[in-house]
Amino acid sequence: MSAAITAATARRILTQLKHDPRTVVMLLLVPTLLMTLLRFVFNSEQLFSHTAPALLGVFPFVIMFLVASVTTLRERTTATLERLMTMPMGRFDLILGYAVAFGALAVAQVGIATTVSVLWLGLEVTGSVWTLLLIAVLDALLGMALGLLVSAFATSEFQAIQFMPLFVLPQFLLCGLLQPRENMGWLLNWLSDVMPLSYAVDALTQVTRSAEVDGTLVRNLVIVAACALLALVLGASTLRRRTP
Amino acid sequence: MTNSPVSALRAAGLTVVRGGREVLRGVGFDIPRGSVTGLLGPSGCGKTTLMRAVVGVQVVAGGTVEVLGEPAGHPSLRSRIGYATQNPAVYADLTVAECLRYFAAVLGAPATDVARVLADVDLTARADQLVGSLSGGQRGRANLAVALLGSPDLLVLDEPTVGLDPVLRDDLWRLFHRLAAAGTTLLVSSHVMDEAARCDRLLLMREGLVLADDTPDGLRAATGQDDLEQAFLHLVRTTEAAA
Repeated sequence: MSAAITAATARRILTQLKHDPRTVVMLLLVPTLLMTLLRFVFNSEQLFSHTAPALLGVFPFVIMFLVASVTTLRERTTATLERLMTMPMGRFDLILGYAVAFGALAVAQVGIATTVSVLWLGLEVTGSVWTLLLIAVLDALLGMALGLLVSAFATSEFQAIQFMPLFVLPQFLLCGLLQPRENMGWLLNWLSDVMPLSYAVDALTQVTRSAEVDGTLVRNLVIVAACALLALVLGASTLRRRTP
Repeated sequence: MTNSPVSALRAAGLTVVRGGREVLRGVGFDIPRGSVTGLLGPSGCGKTTLMRAVVGVQVVAGGTVEVLGEPAGHPSLRSRIGYATQNPAVYADLTVAECLRYFAAVLGAPATDVARVLADVDLTARADQLVGSLSGGQRGRANLAVALLGSPDLLVLDEPTVGLDPVLRDDLWRLFHRLAAAGTTLLVSSHVMDEAARCDRLLLMREGLVLADDTPDGLRAATGQDDLEQAFLHLVRTTEAAA
């Protein structure tokens, strides 16, 4: 593993984005626009404050999943990955380069959405705003890591895009946002228990309602971080030097 | 003697199966250092697969490939081989210079290399242009420039002169010979026989087999043909007759 190669890779990915300003603007502003829309759909600060924290985690999760899966798929299909694999590039150098670049974007994306939600949309955060940001960034990284992982199983961008509803929407439906998790049947409850987004949403909800940092919150954070790490490791294992 | 100082590339019984089909069927060759070897043969005869096996990204079913004294794919070779795929493996959404700077950083090559390789492939004037806005031939040269970064000991170039005008093609062949004179070994594939005469050595391939591993003169003498295309045809016919 080489820090220089990881840094060069992160810089390269951000430079690629710099040449695509429309993507950057969408990455930075779409979650904020959706939060604003949500605020006026509810037309009540109280209802908004109830749902908004969870969505601050869900939107970056979905967007990063899409962006990461399409970007890495492009790297695989345009043979740049094969070229990198003939060079002194470690698999983790590449994956961490992606994580750093998209992680930085996620911080900006979530930062803007949270600022707007708190200052103008009436979101009330009882706990620390920094913890809220941390969870949302972990969510974005989790989405990115899953996107990287599933891109290995897609052979075209059509397939990569379709993995979004397949991998992301079930987590959204079962994360406790639409229906409290304890009210679901045993099977769905169990599924909800094994899906990482559920823990992220629990943590986000807790941070908005209470200032206390207790064991449950820490446990939820550790679970989300561990899932992101696991997906990154699995994603790295799909990068093969030798291919058939 | 497995580490012969004069051998850059050596293969024996190299077999590769792709999609249930034997793409390479027991290929063997021996290429000396500091030479330009042409890998010639019709489209689909296994040239690209052979090159992928040499650079160590191809799953191999059998046989051995030795590169600069190490088994192909050995980690120590990763900074010693320059590889240019046939389809340009460069980032379309970066400028030529940004793209080269990135690959130079991955290779640990000096920053001054970027200007050198840009001049080598005559793209200095396009350095700040997006790769995606280059013409096909320019993009191919940007792809070649990446392979030249870090002054590798072995250059594996898949059809580097396709789609180039005659002047540029001539310039590149001069560059290849200049590099070889400085000690670099080059393996250059082409499907046009008129480039064969410009090589020090030839590997002629057909349907997953190497039909000849010889110098152009040796090949002319062995087949009794002056024209290399005729020599190739002669080889194909005698091999088929023997089969």
